[in-house]
Amino acid sequence: MNEAPSAPLVRVRGLKMHFPVHAGLLRRHVGDIKAVDDISLDVNESETLGLVGESGCGKSTAGRAVLRLYDITDGSITIDGTDISNIDQDKLRHLRPKMQMIFQDPQASLNPRMTVAGIVGEPLVEHMSLSKNERLDRIYELMDAVGLARSFANRYPHEFSGGQRQRIGIARALALHPKFIVCDEPIAALDVSIQAQVVNLLEDLQERFGLTYLFISHDLSMVRHIADRVAVMYLGKIVELAPRDELYATPLHPYTQALLSAVPEPDPVRESQRKHIILTGDVPSPANAPVGCNFCTRCPKAEDICRQIDPEFREVAPGHFTACHFVTDTTRKTAGSTAGNEANT
Amino acid sequence: MSEAGAAVLEVKDLKTVFETGLGAVHAVNSVSFDLMPGELLGVVGESGSGKSVTMMSLIGLLGSTSAIVDGAHVNFDGKDLLKVSEDELRAVRGAGIGFVFQDPMTSLNPVFTVGFQLMEPLRNHMGLSKSAARMRAAELLDLVGIADATRRLSDYPHQFSGGMRQRVMIAMALACDPKVLIADEPTTALDVTIQAQILELMKELRNKIGMAIIWITHDLGVIAGIADRVMVMYGGQIVEQAPVNELFQNPQHPYTRALLKTVPNIRGGRAERLRVIEGQPPIMFSSPRQCTYHTRCTHAFERCLKFDPDRLKIGEGHDVACFWDPVTGEPRDE
Repeated sequence: MNEAPSAPLVRVRGLKMHFPVHAGLLRRHVGDIKAVDDISLDVNESETLGLVGESGCGKSTAGRAVLRLYDITDGSITIDGTDISNIDQDKLRHLRPKMQMIFQDPQASLNPRMTVAGIVGEPLVEHMSLSKNERLDRIYELMDAVGLARSFANRYPHEFSGGQRQRIGIARALALHPKFIVCDEPIAALDVSIQAQVVNLLEDLQERFGLTYLFISHDLSMVRHIADRVAVMYLGKIVELAPRDELYATPLHPYTQALLSAVPEPDPVRESQRKHIILTGDVPSPANAPVGCNFCTRCPKAEDICRQIDPEFREVAPGHFTACHFVTDTTRKTAGSTAGNEANT
Repeated sequence: MSEAGAAVLEVKDLKTVFETGLGAVHAVNSVSFDLMPGELLGVVGESGSGKSVTMMSLIGLLGSTSAIVDGAHVNFDGKDLLKVSEDELRAVRGAGIGFVFQDPMTSLNPVFTVGFQLMEPLRNHMGLSKSAARMRAAELLDLVGIADATRRLSDYPHQFSGGMRQRVMIAMALACDPKVLIADEPTTALDVTIQAQILELMKELRNKIGMAIIWITHDLGVIAGIADRVMVMYGGQIVEQAPVNELFQNPQHPYTRALLKTVPNIRGGRAERLRVIEGQPPIMFSSPRQCTYHTRCTHAFERCLKFDPDRLKIGEGHDVACFWDPVTGEPRDE
């Protein structure tokens, strides 16, 4: 599972996604919302990279930008050897089969006037030339794969429960044999007992089809379950990225520490003994990020340097990256970085 | 936690039926429970389990359009809330029982200042003068941890962040010193670090004010940290109820047991594969004549399809509505 492949499937460097803010009568450009501000990450083949953070931190924007659903402000994105950062949408269209997306809200992302067969078959119509029968076979195959009965093919989305709708969305994403799927909060809208069903399905499909996931979520427990490596975002930047076990066992960035500490544990005894780090205040606006470290306004450890200099995102232990002035570097400079690391370009 | 004594809220046999285009939906089916003074009662269940509808029914928040609320009694403060007039109910909602809703975005009126909205119940229900209400409103904002309270009274809801708005909602619910506070998923719409702030605030307020709280949530972690006692709801019924430590250490109902296992942990051991509860929660088109969980239950047997199990007392404050005994792994004696 974690064998080191020669090159990562997805390689993102210095990605920036800024949305301009216009104001006044002349709609002058007065500033930018820096939704994603200089992030770099790799996703290796067949792995799941978890991308976590609170609402407004830019994780969804990052996921969409990686698939070029936006024209990005700056940076480079390479997927399966092709640099897609600057190519136009027409050419991009031909690459779409390789990279797909599963959305958060299965209600809003399925056309209510199309049947399941229509929804799952649409990418096949757009991108492949199949006969009607071949197409139907493929639709049935996909429905089998995600655990939907074939007899549902002519039903409409409103006839399904949330979990089943999410299965339809997954079947659609799988239709063109993608390699890379961005899962944007795929379970956030589902009930607890249904979440586990969908997560298990995603894991099964990954194993069966060798899929690579960027799994965006605010649910830290679920990400711990599904991800191989985890990146934590705060206010448009990645503050920490590490292999899963290491991140959860020894978080280095003060924000990661607070975030993990804030997750309540379903065990009253441990919950009452545990020390909680309670952050004060709210996340600043991405249109008006603080000078220095983005986290300095809420960080319990902030000192003067944090309010002046933005800490560099660097590797502090093998495969463990963080952006904090107070984390000491334990890597040997000579050691080449191992698989899936953010060696600087 | 619950000292012997009179319950502050006593619900007996509450039933709620919605008339829908598809037929009658039995959302709440014979729910009975007591709430002790100063206690924090957690109510856990998935969407559609009837947890919110139960609470809205008992304080008459469903309106009379399509919901039929029936029951033996809902005793609060010497009154039966099922029998009192709409005016009396209004008074209870204002001053006796406070309510905090899930979504702080939609439960505040965007065109009035926070101060105005906070002062409204104080003037209507407590009969305070404008200046006294203003002072009290500022006190309340201060109590829920909003800095610079007096100045912020003239701000509008959109000038507050999500967490701050939920603090305002809590302040509003506390305005008239209610005996009972019903909090319906008050932290679900919030981020975890903000949720941690609100949970901390609620624990603090509870110690300061000492009111009884009903906390509705689907998050077992939140319940573990905050509740004294927990009720688990499924299919519009209470399937299990126990003190919090007992429920987590000795869950009896197959649904509770499954629910505890399906949630991945953030600390401790990590399972390779998540445990799953197969199937879907039921939609109750009739009042239950069999166990509502039997379609998803791995232990269901004949009796579960023929009868709806009553709640059976199995320990101090612990009861469960199930025919199956997890200790022996066999059906309980009839």
